[in-house]
Amino acid sequence: MAENVWILGIHMTKFGKHPELDTVDLGAQAAIGALSDAGLRMRDVGVLAAGNLMQAAASFGQQLQKQIGQTGIPVFNVANACATGATALRVAIMAIRAGETEVGLAVGVEKLSGAGLLAGGSRVAQSDTWSPRGRFGAVAALDGRIGTETMPGVFAQIGLEYDHKYGGATFELFARISEKNHAHSTLNPLASYQKRFSVEQIMNDVMIAYPNTRPMCSANCDGAAAAVVVSESKLRTLSLEQQRRAVKISASVLTSDPWQEACQVLPDVNTLTRAAAEQAYEQAGVGPEDLDLVELHDCFATAELVHYDNLKLCPTGGAVDFFNSGATWRDGTTPVNVSGGLESKGHPVSATGIANVWEIATHLRGEAGDRQIEGARVGLAHVIGLGSACGVHILEKAV
Amino acid sequence: MSNRVPLVDYLVLDGEPHLTARECTRCGARYFDRRNACAACEADTFHTVDVATEGELRAFTIVSFAAPGIPVPFVAGVVDCAGTSVRANVVNVPADPRHVRVGMKVRLATVTVGVDAAGVEAVGFGFEPAS
Repeated sequence: MAENVWILGIHMTKFGKHPELDTVDLGAQAAIGALSDAGLRMRDVGVLAAGNLMQAAASFGQQLQKQIGQTGIPVFNVANACATGATALRVAIMAIRAGETEVGLAVGVEKLSGAGLLAGGSRVAQSDTWSPRGRFGAVAALDGRIGTETMPGVFAQIGLEYDHKYGGATFELFARISEKNHAHSTLNPLASYQKRFSVEQIMNDVMIAYPNTRPMCSANCDGAAAAVVVSESKLRTLSLEQQRRAVKISASVLTSDPWQEACQVLPDVNTLTRAAAEQAYEQAGVGPEDLDLVELHDCFATAELVHYDNLKLCPTGGAVDFFNSGATWRDGTTPVNVSGGLESKGHPVSATGIANVWEIATHLRGEAGDRQIEGARVGLAHVIGLGSACGVHILEKAV
Repeated sequence: MSNRVPLVDYLVLDGEPHLTARECTRCGARYFDRRNACAACEADTFHTVDVATEGELRAFTIVSFAAPGIPVPFVAGVVDCAGTSVRANVVNVPADPRHVRVGMKVRLATVTVGVDAAGVEAVGFGFEPAS
């Protein structure tokens, strides 16, 4: 049985606009912050896992080393869509579990301010005679002609598919989920936006892809997050203060989407999230009812609803009733996205999977300030990258 | 030479327009793209089957914001055609949530995509309300 892995240090930069900082600057800020929080230096680290999607071929990890410490350790540059940060963390954890090193550093960073839509084909480049191309033998671009490739549109369909299956998932319900997350964000000084919206404001804002209006979509922004993870045996050699603030990683799971009918027609974010959640609860020996808070991947308001169900926070088909009960507000039974979520905290994609873990860890340490969930002992962080990849981490307070 | 070409190779324009799928000969999984093997069972032989032209709208969105050059708003969705899910636009209906709902019955319709420099028309498809 591989030994437990702990978060020793973790850091998240302010999410928002950082025009004066480049990708490496932001990553360095997060990495140095995490090392400082851990009480370690780069020379103590045995493996670096680094994620950045916008420059995925540029060996971001090595660029980062050149600014903060070139120690010759192996670097894994990872890319896994919006699950890139969680994948980096998972790589560092796996290296420790495999016994290859005692200390790992995972970093995720993205600069996305003003990026607009992150997927969807343009109609500009097209030849002047029809000739079939690609796996569908298409004579013209398909985005907009055969459905939509845009993320707001894909996740809108995922939300309405849930409505078709179980009912009750109205435009207004999705807007109220967004209202909750924006309300939560007012307590988070690191969030991109800390503005409360009324349901009416959300519903009357600019429509992007029905039922997702602009405030119901994740905010493109700049940001980075990093974590230093250590083996339990290493942790026991460190100071009592370091051990007190360390956070146990009770489960670390990464899944991809198993085949099922329709999954290549509309991405299925349900199967792989359910599988990841089931594996994580099994690994951690805890159940959904034990969770004091959850950070889940609300890339769109429509996504948050289906993940209540996928993470088994409610009975199958019961996500609408679960939300209507008030359970997921910060004073509810299962607070969800008390950080403000991706809709207001922001979604610098490769940073997100570590930033969600930072949020949980900060509550478990009792260091979340005004938004502290009192007495938090167990939390779950979830991310989805379309394509698809799902990361779930369950964290527990040191005892 | 035909003066019409389908937008995609799984749209058949001759006779009654319909869609076809590549069906795995072992497990029956259906796909619309060129295949290397079956993602469900790993078999590598497929045969072509016709897809039902009527179905039920299982999910949709109304896209108001898209890449440059794509006319908006439009309705995009997933249609359950007798057990085979198809990605398509919903056409011949106002792009308005009062006129589009999950569960509505729809049927295949062809739409023109445009005419190229050689005078050939590309024909696409969508699904329109069946009642």
